[in-house]
Amino acid sequence: MVKHEIQPLDDSIDEPKVSIQKLYKIFGDTPEAMLDRVRGGMGKPELMDQTGHALGLNNINLDIPARKIQVIMGLSGSGKSTLIRHLNRLIEPTDGEIWVDGEDVMKMDAKELRDLRRFKMSMVFQKFGLLPHRTVLENAMYGLEIQGVSTKEAQQRAVKWLDRVGLAGFEEQYPSQLSGGQQQRVGLARALATDAEILLMDEAFSALDPLIRTDMQSILLELQEELHKTIIFITHDLDEALNIGDNIAILRDGEIIQSGDPQDIIMNPADDYITDFIRDINRAKVVRLRSIVKKGATGAGETLRGGMSLEEALPKLHKSVDGSCPVVDKKGNPLGAVTLDGLIDALKAPETEADDEVRYS
Amino acid sequence: MEFLSEFPALGRKDLASLKQGIDESFRSFSRAYGPEIEAFFNPLLKFLIWFEKLLLGTPWPIVIIVIAALTWLGARSVKVTIGSVIAFLIIGFLGMWEDTMATLAIVSVCTVLCIAIGIPIGILMARSDRTQAIITPILDVMQTIPVFVYLLPVVMLLGIGKVPGLLAVCIYAAPPIVRLTNLGIRLVDRDVMEAAESFGASSREKLFGVQIPLALPNIFAGVNQTIMMALSMVVIASMIGVKGLGGPVLRSISNQYLALGLMNGLAIVALAIIFDRVSQSYGKRLQAYRETGHG
Repeated sequence: MVKHEIQPLDDSIDEPKVSIQKLYKIFGDTPEAMLDRVRGGMGKPELMDQTGHALGLNNINLDIPARKIQVIMGLSGSGKSTLIRHLNRLIEPTDGEIWVDGEDVMKMDAKELRDLRRFKMSMVFQKFGLLPHRTVLENAMYGLEIQGVSTKEAQQRAVKWLDRVGLAGFEEQYPSQLSGGQQQRVGLARALATDAEILLMDEAFSALDPLIRTDMQSILLELQEELHKTIIFITHDLDEALNIGDNIAILRDGEIIQSGDPQDIIMNPADDYITDFIRDINRAKVVRLRSIVKKGATGAGETLRGGMSLEEALPKLHKSVDGSCPVVDKKGNPLGAVTLDGLIDALKAPETEADDEVRYS
Repeated sequence: MEFLSEFPALGRKDLASLKQGIDESFRSFSRAYGPEIEAFFNPLLKFLIWFEKLLLGTPWPIVIIVIAALTWLGARSVKVTIGSVIAFLIIGFLGMWEDTMATLAIVSVCTVLCIAIGIPIGILMARSDRTQAIITPILDVMQTIPVFVYLLPVVMLLGIGKVPGLLAVCIYAAPPIVRLTNLGIRLVDRDVMEAAESFGASSREKLFGVQIPLALPNIFAGVNQTIMMALSMVVIASMIGVKGLGGPVLRSISNQYLALGLMNGLAIVALAIIFDRVSQSYGKRLQAYRETGHG
């Protein structure tokens, strides 16, 4: 298979905000004793069969850059919700390190950990996790209350964030009076109100209807453009991952099998599992020009941005006399050019080896 | 074959000396520590007497107004309020006012005592499975052991009077509030608890900000049960010298006074219904946020 070279979206490389190193989580009676077997290469099914221990996470290494949206994607049982709960230690790892802003989370005592949760990380949950006995406003104030902010200031800030997520006027209602989408907006407002730099979102939009889900994704992206938080977003939905992720890590059976730029995952899937995964996506919408640009080439058509989707670029390429257009990055630096043929080629879904076997047998 | 047809029981002599030994040691224990234990419960006795005197010393119209006000505050229902005023008027008119006040006093004090002891125990039980495993069988014993079995040692220790009566009532009436506090806290949604934890709530903040508020409907069901069970104990408590509506009922049994028993019995029922309606509608109002459900 051809290896596609992806032009980076921007070349600023940040220090990782959150860094996960050699993280293992084994569920069972004697998880520590199983560690050597897992390190020795024993997989999830064998460990279950032979010892009755469930392998939750297997040697996770992930650097999460600041001010970006890191998506962690996997099907149910892949360990993604377990992984995100390690970041604020709602679940204790069996072994490994977690660093946030250069501090070792595993070495924190109870008080330091509480402060980490209070001031640095806030979380949005799949099932919302709202306090049913408190009004919308009181829910949005919850994190601030725990921080020790005065009631008056907490109210002002909570009202502001409720307004930002489109819930002005709902302050005095109870969560049970709201729809699912509205409840999750409360969850989002509660998490944003604390001003934490890191936002953990555990399948935050998975329980919502498809339309409301895209709606919430837009709200999140809109807010992110202004807030530049470090967001760690868990999902099982590839479209959602591609829509919002600056980086995507794909998890299977507790292992990261591919991690990086979404374009890289679409263009260069690491194995058949991922190829299968991305087979049904609408490539015209998700593949960007920067993924198919030919370095050094030029074109006669209109100058296009590297972040443009194939769908948007198609009519412009069609208009160009020689069927190719020059491409520039965000800052206007030339990246090369794309051709109509190259674009059509990129629309073709990558094939797995299994497909080849079927075809040639 | 004698071994199989006859159970190998302890000999009559040994059994007798075993029972005697237990009786003797308890008797000497109560002789040695009786006064101290009595002194320990003295403040409770004083409070009970003070409360009873307060109820009896206050002019009856004021008592009825206070009861009406409390009923209104609890139930927010005109029907229940008027109903309880009428019930108290009839009770007074039929000459049971003093006994009713005495019963009201002991049930109220017992309820307060059970709440003060029961809720913390319930919380402890909810926090640790081991505590739960230890306390549950104790509660089982408290609820099922025949009342007379523990009435006897209580009387041996403290004599006949208000305090042993109060203790007997409390032993019987406390389990529901302990059980339901424990259950209520354990039933609090795990997702909500996790959310509170993710925002850095300390265990105190989780207890008072999330667990207890969300367990309140269950805790209130426990309070309601405790009151009902306390009321059902007043007749037995009157056997060991607790004044109140139970006394006339007891007399009516031994003397076949049908009307006396019926009247006092119905007065107990009236009290029970009033307590039940008020505490139930109060408990319902506590969870008003649940009722306005959204599809």
